Order: sequence, then C-alpha cells, then structure tokens
Amino acid sequence: MRDLFALVKRHRVAAVLLFLLVFPLLMPYHALAINILLFGLFAVGFNLLFGYTGLLSFGHAAFLGVGSYLTGIALVHGGWPWWLAMVAGVAAAGVAGLVIGFLAIRTRGIYFSMVTLALGQIVYYAFYKAERWTGGENGLRGIQVPEIHLGPWVLDFINPVTKYYVILAFVAVALWFVSRILASPFGAVIEAVRENDRRAAACGYDVARTKLLVFVLSALICGLAGALRALHLSIVPIDSLHYLLSGQAVMMCLLGGMGTFFGPFVGAAVFLTLEDVATVFTKHWMAIVGAVFMVFVLFFPSGMWGTLVKRLERVR
Amino acid sequence: MEITPSLLALQLVTGIALGAVYALLAIGLSLIFGMLTVVNFAHGAFFMVGAFVGLYFLGLTGNFWFSLVLTPLVVGAIGLVTERFLVRPLYGRGIDYPLLLTFGLSWVLIEAMRVMFGIEGIPSSTPPELRGAVDLGFGYFPKYRLFLILATAVIVLALWLFLEKTRYGLIVRAGSRDGEICKVLGIDIARVWLVVFGIGTGIAGLSGVLAAPTRAVNPEMGIHVLAESFVVTVVGGMGSLPGAVLAGLLVGIVFSLTSLFAPDLAELSIFVLMAVVLLIRPQGFFGKKGLLS
Repeated sequence: MRDLFALVKRHRVAAVLLFLLVFPLLMPYHALAINILLFGLFAVGFNLLFGYTGLLSFGHAAFLGVGSYLTGIALVHGGWPWWLAMVAGVAAAGVAGLVIGFLAIRTRGIYFSMVTLALGQIVYYAFYKAERWTGGENGLRGIQVPEIHLGPWVLDFINPVTKYYVILAFVAVALWFVSRILASPFGAVIEAVRENDRRAAACGYDVARTKLLVFVLSALICGLAGALRALHLSIVPIDSLHYLLSGQAVMMCLLGGMGTFFGPFVGAAVFLTLEDVATVFTKHWMAIVGAVFMVFVLFFPSGMWGTLVKRLERVR
Repeated sequence: MEITPSLLALQLVTGIALGAVYALLAIGLSLIFGMLTVVNFAHGAFFMVGAFVGLYFLGLTGNFWFSLVLTPLVVGAIGLVTERFLVRPLYGRGIDYPLLLTFGLSWVLIEAMRVMFGIEGIPSSTPPELRGAVDLGFGYFPKYRLFLILATAVIVLALWLFLEKTRYGLIVRAGSRDGEICKVLGIDIARVWLVVFGIGTGIAGLSGVLAAPTRAVNPEMGIHVLAESFVVTVVGGMGSLPGAVLAGLLVGIVFSLTSLFAPDLAELSIFVLMAVVLLIRPQGFFGKKGLLS
C-alpha cells in the first residue's frame, strides 16, 4: 500500500490518466463521466490558483465561458475548423485572464475574491447583451463538430465513448503541462508566494508578476475546459459565465482537496455524482450539496483526497 | 425620447432610491467585515430571506410596518445562529474559510426558501399608505421610493448614533480596531462579534423587506444583489460605513443614469465603475491602505 502510494505520487500524471482511462467503465452513464472530466479539468485550472498559489478567485467561470463562447462563435459564425476554433477559445480565455488578473492582483486577501467575482460578472453581462454573437439569454446554439480524421481513424463525436477519449487526450496534455509547471522552479516560487508572499518578495521574486502569470495559466486551462465543453454540449449556455459556476469550481476544489494533484477530479466526481443522485430524490439538490460543502469546510478542510493523502503520509 | 432636465432629475432620484438599498446592503457587509474580517457570501441570501419573511408576515398580519420591525429580528436571529455554530469554529483558520462556508450557506438558504415558498416566488405589493406618487416639482415620483430613501436615512442615522454615542457602540468600535486589547480589558469580544454579525445580517434582512415592493421576489433575487453589493463595498472601501453609504448612492445613480442613456449597458456600468476605481484607488474611496493585507 505504502509503495503503491509512493509510486502514485511519483508518477502523478500517469496515475491520474490511468484512472481516467478506466473511469467511464465505473460510471452509470457516459454523459456524467464526460461532465466529470470537463469539470475536473476546470477545477484543475482553478486549483492552480487557489490550491497552489492561495488566491481564492470567484471569477473563474469567466474563463470557462470565454473559452466556450469563442470556440462556439468561431465555429458557428466563422466556420473555422474545430481545432482552430479551440485555439481561439483558449487564447481568448488567456487574454481575459491577463486583463482580469491585472486588475485583480492589485488587491489582496479577501478583496481579491470579491473583485474577481465582480470582474467575472462584467464578462457575463457583456456576453449576455451581445446577443447578435452570443445568442444572449438562450445561449449560443448550433455548434457542430464534424468527424475528425486522424490518419486511418475516424473519430465521431456522436459516440459518447469516442468523445470521452478525445477529450481525455486534451486533458492528458493539460495535466502534463500543470505537473511540469508544479515541478519546475517556478512551481516552487508559486508555493512560496502562497506560504508567505513578503518573504518571497524579500528573496527577490517578483510576487505580482508571479501571481499574474499563474492567473493567466489558470485561465488558459479553464479556457481549454470551456472549449471542450462547447464541443461536448453543442451549445454554450449563458450560465457558463455566471459566478455561481465559479462557485462550483471552488466547491469541487475544496471537496476534493485543494493543492493536491488528483483532488480536483475527486471533487468534480463527488459534486456531480451528488447532484446526479440527489436530483433523483429531490428538486432541491443545491441544499444537499451546500450542506455537504459546509460540513467539509468545517471538519475536513483538506477535502477527500487531501485527507486521505495526509493520513497515508502520517502512517509512513 | 428627448432627455429633458426634469427627466434627468427624476432619474437621479430613482438612482438615489436604488442606491439606498445598495447602501444598506453594503453597510451590513462592511460592519461584519470591519469587526470579524469575514466576508459574508450569504449576504445576498439573507437579503432574499428578508424579502420572503417580510412578505410572509405581511400576509399573516396585513400590516407592512409590523413586518418591517419583525423581519430584521428574524433574519438577525438566523444570523446569530450562523455565527455561533458555523462561523465561530472557523476563526483563526484563515480568511478564506468563513467566506467558503457562507457561500455554501447561501445555497442552503436559497433552497430552503424554494421549499417553503415555491420556486416561482411570491408577488409583492406596496403598502396602501405608500402607493401613488408625489409631485417633486420636476415630475411625479413614486411615494414608496421616497419612503425608501427616508427609511435608509433613518437607519443609517440610528446606526451612527448607536456606534458613536452608546457605550456598546464604543466597544464595537474598539473591537474592530484591536480585539486583542479588548479581551485584555475584560470585554467578552466573542459576544460582541456575535451581536455585530446579527446586526449585519439583520440589516440585510431589513433591506430585503424594504426592496421587496420594488423588485421581483424569488429565491434567486439575492444572487445578483451579492455581486452588486460587492461592487459598492469595493468602491466605498471595505470596512468603512461612510464609504458604503456614498458608494451605494453613487452606484445607484450610475446605474439609473446609464439605463436612461444606454439601457443595454446599465448592468455593466456599475462593474466598469468598480474596475475604474480599482485602477485609480485600489483601496476604494475610504478604505485604509494596510487594512487588507
């Protein structure tokens, strides 16, 4: 057990991918598995900022939404090929991250959460009102993903299993990227900023620039999640930009375990499965998820995966 | 539509009436933050609960004034329970945890109201003695909105008198400066925090009752209000009561004037205002520089 844990820790990307490869077999239906995959990636992007850098943003739906919308707009209005549309979506999310991040890192602590929430709402209202491009309240409809020809293989998004594994390929690249960042000297600086930003500044690191860079990286990953979600849903609902969705990322991250590599996926799985099961019995699933979340904040702030990791590490 | 000076003046008063509600919300938020350094993410939910409880009492008794007095007490009581059992265990664990907890609480409160009053929301009505309009000299203005401005002025004045002129207010002010010293002086600071949280949420509930006749009452009404009251607090400066009042009125006026000139941009305008303030003066109008680090 101990050795297995050490192995998982050393090869974290491989371990997560191995799990995600068999994951659809464990789920009752594929739509839920795809949703967990996408929101897991969204939470991974958010976790980079919240878990590793210690900045609690309540505006990350803006990046998911911008990624979705720009991908969708490029496909529907521009008629771009799907991969170029995705690049557009991710790049736009990065630019949004740069602008919002630039404004938000001027504030600290608790102000940061309020400011990111409010700045995220700017994006929400802007897209809400730009009806000609975004479809306004009804969302952007009519996104079609053609068959993807990869050498001898033909990938069709109509088949949910194919869709899952195509999305997983992108998630794999993103996870490798995040793992690489965290293992780099820059990753150490990020955590130094979280632990004590004054000391990090005293060591000669530019704290503001570090925060901004992480903010943009985090926005890019959330944008990728958004771009993939647009392809998955074929529509972009306006709720993708709302701060309640940012709140869901926060909840998933904490439920799973902030600052852990696998935590965001655990959190997304717990959150969405809870929602899925609860809606069978009651319309009021938000109360159940909200209450479970409060219990975690009060008693298990390290989240499910985080608590498990801590316990295993204590055993050693 | 031609824009005449009288139309402009009317829109200005409308903005002040809207801003009055924002100011009340921001005062509650600021009071709690100044004292406990907790950002209450359930503030919008408490506002919404206030609107529902107010309408419930109105239906029960048929008397608006009765519900105006009773509702803040009920919502404040929910606030007391929240502080005592949910927020208090989190002190000393970092500023993010109370924020996260109150966010979860807002979900529970929204669903609780859906269970009790249905998802449709309930229609609200203006109390009979406040229906109709008054001639302000430049046009007719709804009586109820004038009452809203007046009521806010009274509440702000009462709060100011409480904080500045009473012994307990002195303790509250001392506690927000330095809780540690207060403890040394033999003051039960935990109880003061409890009371302040109750007052803050009570004011949120009160603003809910007051705002109910001017907007649709549904379980989701607090969601956007929360974001708007954050804008007001950021513009005014966190933890400052004069800042909350001034910024509240300013945000109301900006919203209402933008909806006159460019209705599509009305919601956006107040967030843009916040972004501009952040660029020029990140701590807000009255915020102290070091307070948030």
